[in-house]
Amino acid sequence: MSSPPLLSLLGISKSYAGVRALEEVSLSVEAGTVLGLIGENGAGKSTLMKILGGVVQPDAGSIVVGGVAHDTMTVAEAARAGIAFVHQELTVLDNLDVAANIFLGREAVAGGPLRLVRTKRMHDRARPLLQRLGADFGPETSVSRLLIAQRQLVEIARALSVDARVIIMDEPTSSLTLQETDRLLQVIAELRASGVAVIYISHRLHEVKQCADRVVCLRDGRVAGELGHDEIEHHAMIRLMIGRELRSLYTPPRTPPGGELCVVDRLVTSAFPGRHVSLGVRRGEILGLAGLVGSGRTSLARALFGVDPVLGGEVRLAGERVEVRSPRQAIAQGIYLVPEDRKREGLVLDMPLSENISLASLRRHARFALVDRDAEQATARAQQASLRIKTPSVAVHAATLSGGNQQKVVLAKWLSMAPRLIIFDEPTRGIDVGAKGEIYALMRALADDGVAIVMISSDMEEVIGVSDRVAVMHEGEISGVLDRADFSELNVLRLAIGQPAEHLESA
Amino acid sequence: MARKDWGLLLLLIVVGIITAILNPRFLSAVNLLDMANLIGLFGIFSIGEGLVVITGGIDLSVGSMFSLLGVVFIDLLVNRGMPWPLAILAIVAGGIVLGALQGLLVTRAKLQPFVVTLCGLLIYRGAARYYTTDATMGFGYTDDFDWLGWLASGRSWGIPHPFILLVLVAVVMGVLLHRSVFGRYLFAIGRNEEAARFSGIRTGAIVTGAYVISGGLAGLATICLVFYTDSVSPSSFGNFYELYAIAAAVLGGCSLRGGEGSIIGIVLGTALLQVLQNLVNILGIPSSLNFAVMGTVILIGVLADQPVVRRAIPSLRSLRAASTPKPTRVAP
Repeated sequence: MSSPPLLSLLGISKSYAGVRALEEVSLSVEAGTVLGLIGENGAGKSTLMKILGGVVQPDAGSIVVGGVAHDTMTVAEAARAGIAFVHQELTVLDNLDVAANIFLGREAVAGGPLRLVRTKRMHDRARPLLQRLGADFGPETSVSRLLIAQRQLVEIARALSVDARVIIMDEPTSSLTLQETDRLLQVIAELRASGVAVIYISHRLHEVKQCADRVVCLRDGRVAGELGHDEIEHHAMIRLMIGRELRSLYTPPRTPPGGELCVVDRLVTSAFPGRHVSLGVRRGEILGLAGLVGSGRTSLARALFGVDPVLGGEVRLAGERVEVRSPRQAIAQGIYLVPEDRKREGLVLDMPLSENISLASLRRHARFALVDRDAEQATARAQQASLRIKTPSVAVHAATLSGGNQQKVVLAKWLSMAPRLIIFDEPTRGIDVGAKGEIYALMRALADDGVAIVMISSDMEEVIGVSDRVAVMHEGEISGVLDRADFSELNVLRLAIGQPAEHLESA
Repeated sequence: MARKDWGLLLLLIVVGIITAILNPRFLSAVNLLDMANLIGLFGIFSIGEGLVVITGGIDLSVGSMFSLLGVVFIDLLVNRGMPWPLAILAIVAGGIVLGALQGLLVTRAKLQPFVVTLCGLLIYRGAARYYTTDATMGFGYTDDFDWLGWLASGRSWGIPHPFILLVLVAVVMGVLLHRSVFGRYLFAIGRNEEAARFSGIRTGAIVTGAYVISGGLAGLATICLVFYTDSVSPSSFGNFYELYAIAAAVLGGCSLRGGEGSIIGIVLGTALLQVLQNLVNILGIPSSLNFAVMGTVILIGVLADQPVVRRAIPSLRSLRAASTPKPTRVAP
């Protein structure tokens, strides 16, 4: 282990609009080793990877590759330095064959002005790479016919084809079966044996344990700690991932929450057709819905709001079965969604505030199908005042507002109607601290008025600080529901990574 | 009127003044009324096109629809002896049905509007030519339809009826687009269909509605156009008219990306196109340059409205800003 590191990061810092994403992060990886990189949602892993890939430039620090230090790196420099990525979302083009994907942008061409592609030569070059990875398909196979695990091998082959010395894998197993995962771990072992350095990012701690020589854990943009090969075990990793003081944001409900308003019974969503979700939300409570990114929380929200089809199971509202085949039907039942991507799904940015606020309730602001602008303005002003939306007038376009005020406009759209169940998907993402507090207060006020609230959040402080109960999702299923007495970062995280509930400790 | 509309009106007046200076005959009553007639004929269906463009779609089929509906109209009146009010109803209904079919193909089958209406363009034209075995259809020497002809292409108090019809259509559609729930939904869908759907709007039905209106107005325009030419030659009748309509809509401030436009803008766009045509005729520019002149002016107009160019021409910007204080998108 005395060989000099192939890649080191020294004191990398990065802020986005005043929010610190990374602070003084240093790590290194040697040739022929696998570095496990772990951390919660938002700990800074993806920012770090973007910096390594040259997509994002660090504010401070340097990247040393093969003895050469870079203050900043462009995408081309990263590729030249031998850094290659295997992404969580696959980036292969399924209208091309395997070889064309491996050599995309670096096609073997014949000379002359036409630069004709020499397909056969590419196939010949791709074949040994695929053999090295133990692929069971040839370079001439069309990618559209490959399974996800096979497509991943194509990505790895692409990395090998540029003589990558460092391969970074970001959640590579998130859509693989167990067998495919084992196969990938074997491939990683072979890569390591051939002298390639691998950075393996995963939430699946047992995989990290299986393949990593060393583990670095990020927390809140800093390196929370490192584990040597012998120290890598679940408990040690979890302890590194959590372990900060959480500010208490909690305001208890005015009256204890009532009976169950909305019951989700064995609901099957299109994202996880083989799993089902059962969940109850009480009148007047804020139910936090935690889980890792991609655990099925947003799919559940979209199914409840009628955006995605419900493949099985049922939803009962106040004891009655409801059909939600479209957002229109959900809205008619008083089920509203404050979506995660407010710019795409929540707002019409090039429309005035007043028109955004009335968009869902326009028929109530109309007589003989003609919009009653005075009534519309009155509603908008009333909502502006009660939600304290900071704007010179309700005639300005939604695009001009800050994130927090935009979120309030999305909320105002629903509050001018009669909500029964409101689903907030990442309600404070990209919102500054002050506005966050206001959003929490609004949610609590709604709950106190008897509305049932589901809050999807990846922010641990928010989940623990705001919710009355927390349901945790893991790979398409509810892995556990915690009452406030059992709230702790450890418990939420354990459920989120699929540890069985009997491991729970009382906090 | 929005800033864009004022700018367009200004452009229209400037072009008019230049033409009038070069040839005073431009301002003669005969010429102006001829132009009004043409503005009426083209404006009616351009408004329908504009509504489709506001949803982010396009309707390439209107020109061929004129041909198909036109030959059916003459056939119903002349050969089948259908009473004229019924015939008019049948033609407008025919346009509505074709529009609805196209709208459903766009919203239900999720086909691209360009493809759907391109197929419409080809199918309707082919059907019209087959229906008549490619022969020109006319009213013959009978004067049975003189009254109807007067209604569709005559004049009252000197004003051509198509122009009066356009004013009526523009008022109704102006209220529909700028004041009604339907119109608001059209703009919302054009700007962000996803957010509109997440607000509980039946986006498919609303978009189909725009195609239905476009088809219906095309049916209405067919009747005026048939009496304007007095006969329908199925292979050429209405050729390229969809492009006039798209040009008028774009010139009038509709963005092909959707979500923008106004009825007054579309009418002004139609007027500007007709003035340009008139300019070519009246100034003795070879008429073969007709399309080239139109294309150039549209290009300049659209270019001048680009943010990049607008920033580069501060004088133009201050001129536009000065002409109207409030940047609302709403017609009076």
